[in-house]
Amino acid sequence: MIRFDNVSKVYARGAKPALDDVSVEIERGDFVFLVGSSGSGKSTFLKLILREERPTTGDVYVAGRHLNRLSSWRVPQLRREIGAVFQDFRLLPNKTVYQNVAFALQVIGKKRHVINSAVPEILDLVGLGGKEKRLPHELSGGEQQRVAIARAFVNHPPILLCDEPTGNLDPGTSIGIMRLLDRINRTGTTVLMATHDDDIVDQMRKRVIELRGGEMVRDQDRGVYGMERV
Amino acid sequence: MRLRFILAEVLNGLRRNSTMALSVVLVTFVSLTFVGAAALFQLQLGELKASWYGKVEVTIGLCPDNARSTQCAAGPVTEDQEQQIRTLLEEGAVSNLVKKVYFETKEEAFENYKKLDIQGIADLLTADQMQPSFRVKLNDPEQFQVVSDAVAGLPGVDYVQDQREIFSQLFKLLNAATLVAAALAGVMLLAAGLLITTTIRLSALSRRRETTIMRMVGSSRTLIQAPFMLEGAVAATLGALFAVGTLYAAVRYVVGDWLKSSVSWVPYVSQADVMAVAPYLVGIAVALAAAASVMTLGKYTRA
Repeated sequence: MIRFDNVSKVYARGAKPALDDVSVEIERGDFVFLVGSSGSGKSTFLKLILREERPTTGDVYVAGRHLNRLSSWRVPQLRREIGAVFQDFRLLPNKTVYQNVAFALQVIGKKRHVINSAVPEILDLVGLGGKEKRLPHELSGGEQQRVAIARAFVNHPPILLCDEPTGNLDPGTSIGIMRLLDRINRTGTTVLMATHDDDIVDQMRKRVIELRGGEMVRDQDRGVYGMERV
Repeated sequence: MRLRFILAEVLNGLRRNSTMALSVVLVTFVSLTFVGAAALFQLQLGELKASWYGKVEVTIGLCPDNARSTQCAAGPVTEDQEQQIRTLLEEGAVSNLVKKVYFETKEEAFENYKKLDIQGIADLLTADQMQPSFRVKLNDPEQFQVVSDAVAGLPGVDYVQDQREIFSQLFKLLNAATLVAAALAGVMLLAAGLLITTTIRLSALSRRRETTIMRMVGSSRTLIQAPFMLEGAVAATLGALFAVGTLYAAVRYVVGDWLKSSVSWVPYVSQADVMAVAPYLVGIAVALAAAASVMTLGKYTRA
């Protein structure tokens, strides 16, 4: 589903590479944690998948596309196959829960009747049934992140990227979010989650890819957060 | 769905950014009024030239009885000399440029002068003090110099005068006025362009959240950028339409009603001329907005 072949990314000429010769393959339906300290290359890794950046060398394949050769007008098609969730939720403050989720479908030109059936369904899935008319500021952090997940997944993309989705949430709420992501993963969706949250990684026992200084130092099935604790 | 989305976004953006949108409307309005006024002025000059140059003639003044100029040192023009000049004009080298030749005797000149005389000076004059002349109408008034060169210096010719000279100063002045208006319009258009750029930029920045999400979920770049482009275009077009309306009203009421009744012997530009200029004004507005979009949007809503 996602494959990196000897991928390096150098932002400024002569600078230390943000990613250094990374090769990795993530299969359809995998649940993968991407761990590492700040500046280890996690964000660059996600940006390369979303084709917000291009690799300096090496090849990136996502959802059957060779991203090096993907022309820019086909990028939107790629992004429709990738849901993205962020630490800061990125909801539209003046739109209701329902409108926030519907917006994602409107702007890719979905028909009204499709939207009318898809949005309530996904809101039920993330556990927000009955809160359609709330505005984001009337929701808790965990609920806001559920809205963001609903928006990312309403189009049922085969890949879900999560960038520190629990970074702003307390541990109890985080567990709820992780259950939701796990549920989504069980529908066959590939989930790639960049995180600092060692408790969650240790509990979930999923595949762990660790980056350090741009290099991939670990790729472990059913791993835990810190190597020293293995 | 998409069309409705774009239109809703455009309205939304215009409302949210209403002061900026209004200033774009006003600046394009004023600058395009200048552009349109300059264009109409040029059209008016064209009308004047066409009508006046059709009437003007070349006057070949012949030596009168008591001439003082050196050309006439040999005394008044003789009938032979008169005939020679006429032959040159009607059958000679320049005859193909000449449309018609009138001869005005000194008696006729005196009669004509009396008609125009307001102060009663004519009573003090006699026909003998007047100057006989040829009045020559040319096929193309611009060819004056050729005819003048051929005739000037012939015996019996006092002077050759192009009546266009009387107008040419006026036309030079009017042309200069047009140039000033056009230059002002240019500066205003530049200001309008920069203002549209700023407006689009502000609009894009204020909706960054939306555009980021749109990019993320995979909307096409057209859908992301169209609302901003249209916002600029709508505001600029509105300004252009105001300019057209102003010019239309000005031509209709100022030129059509007032000028025409006070100075009726001059042909004027009409509302039809305004409508002919209008598409260009709207075109300039749209081009301006498009240029501003291209300069701005790449940076603020990149894919």
